[in-house]
Amino acid sequence: MHELSIVASLFEIMEEKAQEKESKKIISVKLQVGKLSGVVPEFLITAFDMYKKDTIAHDAELEIEEVPFTIQCKTCGKTMTRDDFVFICFHCGSQDLKTLTGKELFLQKMELEL
Amino acid sequence: MKKKEILVLEDLLGSNKKIAAEIRNNLTQRGILTINFMSSPGAGKTTLLERIAEHLKPKYKMAVIEGDIETERDAERIRAKGILAWQIITGGACHLEAKMIGKLFSEIPPDLDFLFIENVGNLVCPASYDLGENIRCVLLSIPEGDDKPKKYPKAFTTSDCLILTKSDLLSLIPFDSERAQKEALEINPKLKIFVTSSLKDNGVKELVEFFIATHQKLLIQNA
Repeated sequence: MHELSIVASLFEIMEEKAQEKESKKIISVKLQVGKLSGVVPEFLITAFDMYKKDTIAHDAELEIEEVPFTIQCKTCGKTMTRDDFVFICFHCGSQDLKTLTGKELFLQKMELEL
Repeated sequence: MKKKEILVLEDLLGSNKKIAAEIRNNLTQRGILTINFMSSPGAGKTTLLERIAEHLKPKYKMAVIEGDIETERDAERIRAKGILAWQIITGGACHLEAKMIGKLFSEIPPDLDFLFIENVGNLVCPASYDLGENIRCVLLSIPEGDDKPKKYPKAFTTSDCLILTKSDLLSLIPFDSERAQKEALEINPKLKIFVTSSLKDNGVKELVEFFIATHQKLLIQNA
């Protein structure tokens, strides 16, 4: 349950970006959360809704795009999605792979009132 | 009322990663190898550190940062071995963050060889936070069960070493050591695996030799 710590970092970035654009209100926020990011989207939303009260994002909606764990085999070149995080190529059995997506924990975009 | 959508693309753990990178650079340049121990509560992190201290103490200087939700107990245990130790009491937080290590920075003696960080006992949250370590170790004790690597993948995919602890219990508990190791390697083929018993002092020497060899490499790279 470190989602509250993550949300605290999120608000630091959100407030800084809103200030740069001289906005007093954040309307919506979109995150990209990888399957292997170690955070639970539902808990992020709960933590976000707790945290947003009395901030410039008090009415903001949080949208989360979940990013699957995808890997590419360096031996046969194929890419694949694995829900079990096993680092073995489905196609040729190689363990020489690289992670393409799934580690993301990004603030992608925000909608601001100007 | 005007609305504007702005693209941000910023890592939510970016500020932690930045502080961690600064810590790693600084400690590495000072010739200090930093090792982060992660595990569930009771896996034997402190007991293993006590045993490691006995192996390292004759030739090397080590220190330990202890992370716990409450109490100074672990740091006291380490100090009782004649080892410098700091206790970070998180007061509820389930993991250590790089900025907590940063606060102790000025107190870390320059002539140290090894800095161990014992994370808060938790197999989930600590895995998301880089603390500036050179080596990350996940400990898994025999009583926890051989199915843990796939149940808690992040701790195992982000680690450099898997240390199986309490191996003296292998004869008493149905734990399939081969399965645990195989499944851990399936999710992280680069894991180095050590099977240890702190109680019997089995396998600790091999682990300590690995730390010493990595410290040597760090010194050579610095020179």
